[in-house]
Amino acid sequence: MSRRATMLFALVLAPVMSLALSGKVLAEEAQRWAVNMPRGVTPVSNAIYDIHMIVFWICVVIGVVVFGVMFYSMYAHRKSRGAVAANFHENTTAEVVWTVIPALILIVMAIPATSTLLDVYDTSEAEIDIKVTGYQWKWQYEYLGEDVAYVSELATPESEIYNTAPKGQYYLQEVSEPLVLPVKTKVRFLITAKDVIHSWWVPDFGVKRDAIPGYVNETWAYVNEPGVYRGECAELCGKGHPFMPIVVNVLEKEAYNSWLAEKKTEVAAIRELTKKTFTKDELMAQGEEAYNRSCSGCHMVNGEGIPGVFPSMIGSTVTTGDTINKHLDVVVNGVAGSAMQAFGGQLSEVDLAAIITYERNAWGNDTGDVVQPIDVLKFKQGQ
Amino acid sequence: MAHGPAKGIGRWLFTTNHKDIGTLYLWFSFAMFLLGGFFAMVIRAELFEPGMQIIKPEFFNQMTTMHGLVMVFGAIMPAFVGLANWMIPMMIGAPDMALPRMNNLSFWILPFAFTLLASTLFMEGGAPNFGWTFYAPLSTTYAPDTVNYFIFAMHIMGASSIMGSINIIATILNMRAPGMTLMKMPMFVWTWLITAFLLIAVMPVLAGAVTMMLMDINFGTSFFNAAGGGDPVLFQHVFWFFGHPEVYIIILPAFGVISHIIPTFSRKPLFGYSSMVYATASIAFLSFIVWAHHMFLVGMPIGGELYFMYATMLIAVPTAAKVFNWISTMFRGSLTFETPMLFAIAFVILFTIGGLTGVMVAIAPADVQYHDSYFVVAHFHYVMVAGAVFSGTAAVYYWLPKWCGNMYNESMAKVQFWVSFIGFNVTFFPQHFLGLAGMPRRYADYALQFSDWNMVSSIGAFTYGASQLLFLYIVIQAIKSGKPVRDPKVWEGAEGLEWTLPTPVPYHTFSTPPEVK
Repeated sequence: MSRRATMLFALVLAPVMSLALSGKVLAEEAQRWAVNMPRGVTPVSNAIYDIHMIVFWICVVIGVVVFGVMFYSMYAHRKSRGAVAANFHENTTAEVVWTVIPALILIVMAIPATSTLLDVYDTSEAEIDIKVTGYQWKWQYEYLGEDVAYVSELATPESEIYNTAPKGQYYLQEVSEPLVLPVKTKVRFLITAKDVIHSWWVPDFGVKRDAIPGYVNETWAYVNEPGVYRGECAELCGKGHPFMPIVVNVLEKEAYNSWLAEKKTEVAAIRELTKKTFTKDELMAQGEEAYNRSCSGCHMVNGEGIPGVFPSMIGSTVTTGDTINKHLDVVVNGVAGSAMQAFGGQLSEVDLAAIITYERNAWGNDTGDVVQPIDVLKFKQGQ
Repeated sequence: MAHGPAKGIGRWLFTTNHKDIGTLYLWFSFAMFLLGGFFAMVIRAELFEPGMQIIKPEFFNQMTTMHGLVMVFGAIMPAFVGLANWMIPMMIGAPDMALPRMNNLSFWILPFAFTLLASTLFMEGGAPNFGWTFYAPLSTTYAPDTVNYFIFAMHIMGASSIMGSINIIATILNMRAPGMTLMKMPMFVWTWLITAFLLIAVMPVLAGAVTMMLMDINFGTSFFNAAGGGDPVLFQHVFWFFGHPEVYIIILPAFGVISHIIPTFSRKPLFGYSSMVYATASIAFLSFIVWAHHMFLVGMPIGGELYFMYATMLIAVPTAAKVFNWISTMFRGSLTFETPMLFAIAFVILFTIGGLTGVMVAIAPADVQYHDSYFVVAHFHYVMVAGAVFSGTAAVYYWLPKWCGNMYNESMAKVQFWVSFIGFNVTFFPQHFLGLAGMPRRYADYALQFSDWNMVSSIGAFTYGASQLLFLYIVIQAIKSGKPVRDPKVWEGAEGLEWTLPTPVPYHTFSTPPEVK
């Protein structure tokens, strides 16, 4: 080999060799440079993966054949090689053939596609029903018939998003409280939304379904492997669209049952707290925390809102007005025809009372008003 | 009547000359292309790394929305109307468009529409932030007040498109030179005739959608408000009944352009002319009956789902026929690779890739994973950018010497082609990977496993963006000081009535119709 050829050879080979040597590093990097869909952990996600790969390879073959002919003629029929143009411009046989062949290929694709789709749609005989409700910008999970419901929202702090703290491993893919499911159980999801359209997507389950206000959509999952699975909202739902992830913790059946029992006790304990009287400081501290979690997404941490879109909390007639009932009404029932959600069903009485107390006293509002959980409960019962 | 253009700004304000109006459309479209491109650069700069660095999430949504709206309605559609204005009369041997004053109006309302739309960026509440598909109720109950400007702007654009289409149909059907039967019309004319009918059919549907929004927002109706007994999914049906034909409105004239360039540089007539016409017509027809494949996850009954899947897959048949025809045209030709041909070949390759991923997203069960992910973003940019924009660029290189009598700088243009081609693929090919790995579209920020491909994509985007500034320079340089061309044919293999006219084309042409045999 000439020196030049050796160098060329080395140049081509170097990356290949380094790839082989760094197999371990590659495995770690594989997720970061992922190029394909996950196979997933449900029968549906596996079926989807298979059909995706079938269609993909058919497309590759078509591409190779079609571009092959094209590149051949770009090489062989160049004027610079002395090619003289032929003059044909029709061939009925060829045209019929290349209409029929694609049609046949499509039929080949349509058959498995149809059976997989029937599978995706088969929500019958589910053992557990979970209602998933999308809000701007969080998910609420309700275990139907179990009296367990909670809100799951982004746990990544703002400091990581705005680059003042290093980003954790599960940046934007961690939540306050994950959805918990038992393994090897057919779970039916009833998906809806309270404000705008969201879409509940867990790639490893092969599950994505739009959450639409006024509709209850159905889908299902049967998870084969315990583990933590992460997903996202897939339908543009406003400024918090990237910030409402989904985390699903799939447990062995016994572990799931004890989790559910524990959860029920917890719910009862929170109900018990409603009767307690809190000091103003306690409410302010809890209120700040709850406000920053549930309200600051729109009204901002500093209470100023976004002019023209989300109202300011500072000195407003709601937060500093004489009737606390108006404030309670807005927070508990929301404002119809606006982006203000009804928080009555999402937050506990304690959180609601704390938030209202906080809003009436923070940022220089200083009304001195204190709202107790029992006041919230009475307001709810009184309407 | 052999007088030249008027002097000064009045020439452009009051012109009824199809060439002047074509020029206006093309420059307007390029200005919008740069504006929409600037928005894209902001998006890619923010997505360069995870975390919010440059802009806030609410502004990011304004950028994605404005990028889509400006590119679709401001850049691509007017570009092809501009080409239609310039080329259709010359291709069919007509002296001008059939309705020249309306032609002036249909152009001059466009700058107002886009000024209205862009002005919302500086208003309280900001620009539209609900995506170019403006799904209700995000675009109604939850929209900033500026949505009313957006609605008015959409109405104006729709009116402009409808007038433009009426004009094109009237011109083609009434003003062809003697002897030019329908089946002798050049492909660009055919594709535009069909496109114009699509536009007339669907623009009123878009107008209906935004009018219902207007009523919901300001007059207390509940078309799309579930709490009032309305239906948010209705919005999507109405929108996509417009939106799906819209993508063919964009791509069919591009097919027409490519069907001229490939024969010219293959020195061989277009293969399968009549099957090209029928394929175009079938694509147009099918475009009306597949709209809900954009809505596979809204919870349609399975029967509807299956129907829309099968119907969508059918589109592959006529589209494939077109690709095969282009390749057969090249086959056993005598090929040269001037810049328009390079863009045309890139079009065929990249559009085919976009078409193949189109078949993939048509498979309803697999769409469960693809839907609203970056895979879809990659798919439609292969069709919109490498399809429509590449063909528009090819068209400008191809016809510019004819229009202005000066040749562009071929070696610079080739550099521009390669930078665009590489930049485009580096931008959008990795987005397939991102989508498959689970990154949803319209995300201002993303999880760490998506960092690397996003960075690659952003680098590609900046490269592609820069190549468009080079394009602008090449065009201006050609107009101002390009090497003069006087050969009526410009290109050795060019065929058609437009190439029988002197180069540069005079202000008035075909005052007496030519005879077509």
